Amino acid sequence: MTDPNTVQLTEDGRLKHFLTTEGLSRELLTEILDTADSFISTQERAVKTVPLLRGKTVVNLFFENSTRTRSTFELAAKRLSADILNLDIARSATSKGETLMDTLWNLEAMYSDMFVVRHSDSGAAHFIAEQVTPNVAIINAGDGRHAHPTQAMLDMLTIRRHKGDIEGKIVAIVGDILHSRVARSQIHALRTLGAAEVRVIGPGTLLPSDIESMGAVPYYDMRAGLADCDVVIMLRLQKERMQNALLPSEGEFFKLYGLTKEKLAFAKPDAIVMHPGPINRGVEIESAVADGNQSVILNQVSYGIAVRMAVMAMAMSGQQTPVNSEEPA
Amino acid sequence: MRYLHIANARVINPQTQTDEITDIFVADGRIATLGRRPDAGEIEHTIDATGQWLMPGLIDLGGHLPEPGYSQKGSIASETEAAARGGFTHICSLPDTKPVADTSAVVKLILEKASKAGFSRVLPLGAMTQDLAGEQLASMYTLSEAGAVAMSNARRPVKNSYVLRRLMEYAATYDIPLFLNANDLSLSDGGCMHEGPVATRMGLPGIPETAETIALAQILLLVEQTGVRAHISQITCRRSVSMLQQALENGLRVTADTPLANLLYTHEAVTGYDSLYNVQPPLRSERDREALVQAVARGELAISSNHSPHEIAAKKAPFSDAEPGMSQYDAFLPQAMTLVARDELTIEQLVRALSLTPANVLGLSQSLTEGADFNAVLYDPRDEYTLTASEIASGGHNHPLLNRTVSGKVAQVFLEGCRIS
Amino acid sequence: MNLPDIEQITQDLAEQLTELMTERQLDNPLLVGIRTGGVWVAERLNDTLKCTDDVASLDISFYRDDFTRHGLHPKVQGSELPDSIEDRHIILIDDVIMSGRTIRAAMNELFDYGRPASITLVCLLDIGRRELPIQPDLCGATLALNDGQLVKLTGPRPLVLTLA
Repeated sequence: MTDPNTVQLTEDGRLKHFLTTEGLSRELLTEILDTADSFISTQERAVKTVPLLRGKTVVNLFFENSTRTRSTFELAAKRLSADILNLDIARSATSKGETLMDTLWNLEAMYSDMFVVRHSDSGAAHFIAEQVTPNVAIINAGDGRHAHPTQAMLDMLTIRRHKGDIEGKIVAIVGDILHSRVARSQIHALRTLGAAEVRVIGPGTLLPSDIESMGAVPYYDMRAGLADCDVVIMLRLQKERMQNALLPSEGEFFKLYGLTKEKLAFAKPDAIVMHPGPINRGVEIESAVADGNQSVILNQVSYGIAVRMAVMAMAMSGQQTPVNSEEPA
Repeated sequence: MRYLHIANARVINPQTQTDEITDIFVADGRIATLGRRPDAGEIEHTIDATGQWLMPGLIDLGGHLPEPGYSQKGSIASETEAAARGGFTHICSLPDTKPVADTSAVVKLILEKASKAGFSRVLPLGAMTQDLAGEQLASMYTLSEAGAVAMSNARRPVKNSYVLRRLMEYAATYDIPLFLNANDLSLSDGGCMHEGPVATRMGLPGIPETAETIALAQILLLVEQTGVRAHISQITCRRSVSMLQQALENGLRVTADTPLANLLYTHEAVTGYDSLYNVQPPLRSERDREALVQAVARGELAISSNHSPHEIAAKKAPFSDAEPGMSQYDAFLPQAMTLVARDELTIEQLVRALSLTPANVLGLSQSLTEGADFNAVLYDPRDEYTLTASEIASGGHNHPLLNRTVSGKVAQVFLEGCRIS
Repeated sequence: MNLPDIEQITQDLAEQLTELMTERQLDNPLLVGIRTGGVWVAERLNDTLKCTDDVASLDISFYRDDFTRHGLHPKVQGSELPDSIEDRHIILIDDVIMSGRTIRAAMNELFDYGRPASITLVCLLDIGRRELPIQPDLCGATLALNDGQLVKLTGPRPLVLTLA
């Protein structure tokens, strides 16, 4: 039985993999945000690249399809001057019966320095980092329902840049919490960074019954749930939920939980609206709000590259230097 | 008459409420005298058992043998050897072999191989339905004639209440006992651990308590209706314990067992995604664990192994992708003894749950009394060793104590007077 | 060993720099300090020079050549430069020059921002031990250290030099 942080941290507490926001210290989370901030400024110049990971090979291993997340990781790697390989797993060896282990060992043998992994099994990134290729930096791009730490960190950065310090803020996450790895990672990060209250809002079928044990307060009603909120995060509703006896229809969901201007008015007047994307207009959120002046949804996208550059640089640094040494002048 | 003399052992026999240091004399595979020298004959061999404990041989109500069909996980020889090392004189093998034990040929094969290996005796459980598919009756009478001691569906679902009722009625006709698993697949399907706060945090699909209790309710009501001899295998929930108590109070004769792992571990063991703790039925909460321990203490539950050996590749995968099951036979008795060391059970309660109660379920006699077959375990509580890979007889190294220190060792095991370990 | 008087050196350096700027016709120069010590020195020099633009700062963490050996510096602050450095005369300022690698990294970074008209290198102290062919245009003082000795500058006001 291992504590996730004995896997993802070096002896002196720096990242060597980025698997989950759970259990990371406030200082480390803040360091990620600060480093990401510096990368935001490099993204605004003409030459957006820095030579930090030159000569390193990063492999995108997406066992679950995702063009957007994969492209942001690809851009982040390129802007760190790394070489990037995109592996379309569905059509490669694993469908021919090769085990996950063997696929990864083959890649490691090709001198890969970092894997960005998205997998449908919770704990997959942890498994890879701990048992298969511990010397390759593993960045979790989403594992099952468990964690999506880079998304959570870019959400934290968005809040910090638009609403200041997360300490003392009331944040609501709305939608399918049960199946959401983004929500779980956000809850851990918000709690560690000192949010006054983290609320989850949705119907009973989509809120895990033990969500309080994670430090989030469940609400079934938008008016009560959004009262005094500084930040409203809307989650994407997947079509399958309507098929598995979890929800009757998109229409009823929108009526109860869809973020309209009327419902947004329950929150603080300067509250910001976020969404990890892609948005389903008219299901979770109406266009007037998504495109409105309280929405920071597009900013989230631009911060995504900087945050990914930050964690990739930090994890690679931790892999190269298991114990930090004094630097020369 | 030539005797085997076991001297000075602490003899623990729940059936006679014995717990004393005394001598035993064995001849012709049976206990000749207990606590006194035999009148005539000579001592062929003496074992100085000072400091050791002698108890009736352990009986397992359910373990998975990988033969026929899963040679990469082990064989009948390797698993019965491991079982003997763990203190078992008898083990019931679950029918989920390949092919499934739904023909007398498979049952006979298992019995032959076990006999040839010469370790623990195997009491095969035959399949309740053809191919364990849960729809058509298997030839229970024929299987029983071939040597199956009871029928089981090995945790695979029975199609519906109608089929379950007919299975029970048929078995009851010939007084064939059924070993039933309480598992409602519509609630447990896709789940790989107990549904609760740990599963929520880890994002793993959970198996709610109701998957067991609802199925248990269905089973108990049908048992009442049909009068079949029923044993409930592998219960894991506090609520199930109270349902069973209630059933007993109402006069229903059912027995039940719980796997040792559910008495030792909880769902917290899954933190860190160690696939070793991916087991079916799942490890549940501390409240459930405590209720199971108390039920064992009261004599309401037997302890079974749910032994499931696996090759490395089956377990070396992300948690929910790994095959469920833990290798348990090796060092079984020392593992179980931790409950005594922690004062959760008395030694009498533990030994009862491991041998007397399972014997009663199977209609066997397993007791250290004059005239009884000498089926016994000699245990040394002082021995301490590391359970390395080379010390494990089972083909499955998915054992929770692999490379850990074990306190206590099975010194010798006797089946009908012959040493099997 | 006698440590130089930092106040005096800084004063002298400011005067020399003013002369150099006139001599080379560096109009509207941009003072760029390398974090953190170089920024402090640049601010002090600017007290005298009084340039139009604020002192800019360069964080070279992402351009260092020792990532493999020492990893990422934990306290990355980022660089703050004006929107464009195109055709600007840059006065690149650092507190101490030793191997020359810091300056190499700084120049690489500057060129990722744009194409300056010129770069003039000003260092407060030169402690030798060069590993690259890079020399300051202006230098406050040279110092020969024994093996294993290092200097440390604290600031921003006052600027104090100590031996470590």
